Amino acid sequence: MGYQTVKFYQTGTYTVGNRLLAPDERSVQAGELRSNSINSGHRACQGCGEALGARYAIDAAMAESNNQLIAVNATGCLEVFSTPYPESSWQVPWIHSLFGNAPAVATGVAAAMKVKGKTEVRVVAQGGDGGTTDIGFGCLSGMFERNDDVLYICYDNEAYMNTGVQRSSATPPTARTATTMPVGKEPGNVFGQGKNVPEIAMAHNIPYVATATVADLRDLEYKVRKAMKMHGARYIQIFVPCPLGWGAASHDTIKLARLAKETGMFPVFEAEHGEVTGVLKIRNKQPIEEYLKPQKRFAHLFGKHAHPEMVAHLQAIADRNIRKYGLLDEEKAHG
Amino acid sequence: MLKQIEGSKAVAEAVALCRPEVICAYPISPQTHIVEGLGEMVKSGELTPCEFINVESEFAAMSVAIGSSAAGARSYTATASQGLLFMVEAVYNAAGLGLPIVMTVANRAIGAPINIWNDHSDSLSQRDSGWMQLFAETNQEAVDLHIQAFKLAEELSMPIMVCMDGFILTHAFERVDIPTQEQVDGYLPPFDPRQSLDPKEPISIGAMVGPEAFMEVKYLAHAKQMQALELIPQLAAEFKQQFGRDSGGLVRTYRADDAETMIVAMGSVLGTVKDTVDELREQGHKIGVLGIISYRPFPLKEVRAALVNCKRFVVLEKSLAVGMGGIVATDVRMAVSGTGLKGFTAIAGLGGRNITKASLHKLFLEAEQEKLEPVTFVDLDWDVVNKQLERERQNRHSGPIAENILFDKGMSTSAKFG
Amino acid sequence: MANKPFAITLKPGTSLANLTGSWRSSRPVYLNRLPPCNNACPAGENIQGWLFHAESGDYEQAWRVLVRDNPLPSVMGRVCYHPCETSCNRGQLDEAVGINSVERFLGDEAIKRGWKFDAPATETGKKVLVVGAGPSGLSAAYHLARMGHQVEIQEAGPLAGGMMRFGIPKYRLPRDVLDAEVQRILDLGVALKLNTKVENIEQSMQDGGFDAAFLAVGAHIGKRAMIPAGDAAHIVDAVSVLRSMEGEDKPMLGRKVVVYGGGNTAIDVARTVKRMGGEPLIVYRRTRDKAPAHDFEIEEALQEGVMIKWLSTIKQAGVGEITVEKMELDEKGFPQPTGEFEKLEADSVVLALGQDVDLSLLNGVSGLEIKDGTVQVAPNMMTGHAGIFAGGDMVPSERTVTVGVGHGKKAARNIDAWLRGITYVPEPKHEIATFDKLNPWYYSDADKTVRPMLDIIRRQTSFDEVQGGLDETNALFEARRCLSCGNCFECDNCYGVCPDNAVIKLGPGKGFEFNYDYCKGCGICEAECPCGSIKMVPEDI
Repeated sequence: MGYQTVKFYQTGTYTVGNRLLAPDERSVQAGELRSNSINSGHRACQGCGEALGARYAIDAAMAESNNQLIAVNATGCLEVFSTPYPESSWQVPWIHSLFGNAPAVATGVAAAMKVKGKTEVRVVAQGGDGGTTDIGFGCLSGMFERNDDVLYICYDNEAYMNTGVQRSSATPPTARTATTMPVGKEPGNVFGQGKNVPEIAMAHNIPYVATATVADLRDLEYKVRKAMKMHGARYIQIFVPCPLGWGAASHDTIKLARLAKETGMFPVFEAEHGEVTGVLKIRNKQPIEEYLKPQKRFAHLFGKHAHPEMVAHLQAIADRNIRKYGLLDEEKAHG
Repeated sequence: MLKQIEGSKAVAEAVALCRPEVICAYPISPQTHIVEGLGEMVKSGELTPCEFINVESEFAAMSVAIGSSAAGARSYTATASQGLLFMVEAVYNAAGLGLPIVMTVANRAIGAPINIWNDHSDSLSQRDSGWMQLFAETNQEAVDLHIQAFKLAEELSMPIMVCMDGFILTHAFERVDIPTQEQVDGYLPPFDPRQSLDPKEPISIGAMVGPEAFMEVKYLAHAKQMQALELIPQLAAEFKQQFGRDSGGLVRTYRADDAETMIVAMGSVLGTVKDTVDELREQGHKIGVLGIISYRPFPLKEVRAALVNCKRFVVLEKSLAVGMGGIVATDVRMAVSGTGLKGFTAIAGLGGRNITKASLHKLFLEAEQEKLEPVTFVDLDWDVVNKQLERERQNRHSGPIAENILFDKGMSTSAKFG
Repeated sequence: MANKPFAITLKPGTSLANLTGSWRSSRPVYLNRLPPCNNACPAGENIQGWLFHAESGDYEQAWRVLVRDNPLPSVMGRVCYHPCETSCNRGQLDEAVGINSVERFLGDEAIKRGWKFDAPATETGKKVLVVGAGPSGLSAAYHLARMGHQVEIQEAGPLAGGMMRFGIPKYRLPRDVLDAEVQRILDLGVALKLNTKVENIEQSMQDGGFDAAFLAVGAHIGKRAMIPAGDAAHIVDAVSVLRSMEGEDKPMLGRKVVVYGGGNTAIDVARTVKRMGGEPLIVYRRTRDKAPAHDFEIEEALQEGVMIKWLSTIKQAGVGEITVEKMELDEKGFPQPTGEFEKLEADSVVLALGQDVDLSLLNGVSGLEIKDGTVQVAPNMMTGHAGIFAGGDMVPSERTVTVGVGHGKKAARNIDAWLRGITYVPEPKHEIATFDKLNPWYYSDADKTVRPMLDIIRRQTSFDEVQGGLDETNALFEARRCLSCGNCFECDNCYGVCPDNAVIKLGPGKGFEFNYDYCKGCGICEAECPCGSIKMVPEDI
């Protein structure tokens, strides 16, 4: 991808910061004066990937907009854990309206800024996967189609976590949720369902679509900053593991995001006007089991009543992503 | 300036004179002509600065308005019927957030069966949403109420629906006095929001509020509507000063001074009611009219004052609380509770059924003689209803009701060929 | 906020009132773990510590941290067998960091730039005699001098350096490098008396008024083997050969030279012979993989044309020829004679079978314990005689320059304590930063920098240095390959990955602090710390 402008120093290439880098080459998160758009004291669970991803993204957007940012939030964990009366964690102007209307509310905010000539003020909308790929999908598509000047960020943790881990259209096959229990002939979420919203976004021919994970901060910041440099409808889907919903250790949040990318399960790419323009290559390809095993939501695939055929099916999905997006370097692909 | 103009077009011009900054619209009959008019004015540059956004649904329309209003822009939308229902979640939300959005509701029935004609079921279904609702009797009043509505909403930071009867008003060509921009500017100051999204002052709007404060928030919304009961007559008075017309206010009476029988109604039907009352007055009946303009907040005191001297009243309403009876009537009865007044409910005009003077004559005379049932369904075809009820008693698989009724009335195409 | 809608609208950042630290059942703490390189360094260098400065291009500071432990980086960067690299965690990732080559770069840079040691801050008024100017003696003298003691080295030989000069060939250690680093020690005020053999240590201490002595005379008496040999057979020992290379009279060994032994000294002699135009043949009783010489040295010797006869012992040495017996390894790996003999041309035989210590200076000293030809010392490096310390090759140890330097430092610290009437207590060692403590994901792939080698013709015909050094760019690259095991290198990961903003960045060089008011104890910081410098510890609940 084009963003790795620095020939990174060998020490700590992929770390958040690096004392050896010139200040302007450091990540937003490394800065002592980063916005901390979501302040301490929020009520997210231990190790919450969404809290982390939201701070990463909104801080980057704040940096790129020179702190001229308004954030719109769909209902969901992020909204609930950040703004229970009487305390708010947000340090940016922020509005929450409903579960399914964040893209439209953001359209309204952007329209207000435009009509008032406040062109410097930029608008970000954000929601979880349920609020984005399901209930908010109509508004999202409308916002895309009109090419409204909104950056929409979906924090994808692959289920409705706020309501107690129910399946969403972003839930992967086989995953256990409260509504796809690991029982019956096809335990967990079924194969052959779900929707790929980044690709649907691309089909709207909007200026920018990208995916990112909390494991690749520099890539994430690069994408948010790039998106913020553009106008029109933009969409970034950030993969944010949920320790509670996935049955994973709270310290494994970033590791799981990394494995999702390194297995090919979650392809990390960017696209402009409907065409893929870059992918974040897999550095060290891992078998799908490495990703599945630390998560209780996939526990029924292993152990006494294992489902190796389902694991193989998931591996095939990952392999297809790798082929489709060219996630492996040529030499590694053939090696 | 006096114009012979379609109601929708008149309202569009009135709204434009209010300098809205964001308009979003999703088409639904009979609201379409209003937003079409506004869209053209924005596109032509006649209305500027203004953003006109063609949204993908009514839910989005209200949501866009929520965003733009919260960001400090004067925001407007219009809808009707199913559209209003489709945006309900956002309707409540806009009120909960205290956003002074003005929305025209071109009142229309709610399906099924689908029906595009006028009654009041749509906006009345939003009775408890926290929005104010003003009902226009004429297109002139529709124009005037919109101008007052922006001022009222922004003063209180509460959203408001201006309700006008679909087709009957929206599509009627009448003579309407469209005020000048100077007149409107002199009446309606620029929008100065109570709060807005601003990077200079980063507040968080839309918090989750638990049991510890939710009741207080709700009470405060109620208190604001109570304030509106004071404010609405004031604004109407100011309006008269500026524009030289009586328009708006909470209620309006007609030939009520010595009336023993009072007819209570909202919207355009008041015209027919007044004509009928005129005729009955000529015949010597002591009958008068109470028109309710402000349905929410509901002016209990003013309604009571208007009715307390009569002997009986009929609430003639274009809405039905299925399983209960009248909707407006319930509120009116509340207003006169303790007076011992005899009150009747008349449900009329649902789904655009014509309300004729003849029917009203009959209804009002029966009322005068207190021969009415507590709830009367005006011009209901009992023959058809009884046939269907009988059919259902006899046969569990009795078929679709609407189709059966059309068949019985001989209006179905299948009946023609069957 | 009184002017804003009640409850629905909130002030920004007010969640600070909610101290989520109370959720925590375990807390992260910063700690330093001992990097395996530091742990493995016989000289006790803080390798990770000096690489840290080299990474930022501050070579002088890197050098200054380095010489806190070892005054001979330029020498060390050439002759050390770098156990640090063997234990380097990066070896499990791709290849070990080229610590030795960076050390040499820093040493050479110091010589080039003329960096000097800091002068001692105080003068204690105590006098210490150091016997022997080899690596151990020089190291002890350096450390004692920096502690403020007056130091005199008495050296039996004509030049300082000990085995660094008389045992290691020039092509591995150019003498100007050695001279420069010795001189820098002397510049601290250390007195050096050459050609001064201490015959009786107690007498010498008394004569010079020394309060303590450090003995480091080395082991330079070549071991002899019982080889039946005719009177005319030319048999010499390796140490003598290498020593004579430093004098005016080069050794006369003839064309066909058999070197007997399999250690590094045998290799050194054979490669020296090659450079003098001879045809060296190493005879060793076991196999290559059992030879004590480092494999890279065997490889370099073979490249240069040194012949090696494995599994052979010399049975007899005659004039112009020797007889060898072929050996075979038994199941335990010991060489056993086979009875098969072979005659080989040999103008001379050089015995490289190890060295003994000349202990004559200790005659009559009370309380000493001598065992297997070496002086026994206590853990504080003191012999059985109070005030007399010993180190280097003359005490039981692995006999390398680096071990000698380490002994010198350790002895100096203990001598200093002894002179003050106290006991030196080393700081407790941190737990080792093993590979499993790291999160190597964060280090990008980077192969080790290969140092340039002299071309083969010049290696066979001259004593020019075989292995080149790094230049600044690749030294920097190599330094930056360091994983900084167990020690925070301010990568900001903890600061970035905390979902609760509960890490406070204190600023450059100051590291980080946890804000336990908000830390929920999720442990992401520990999991994502690249270098293993954070540990989760249970809260007392």
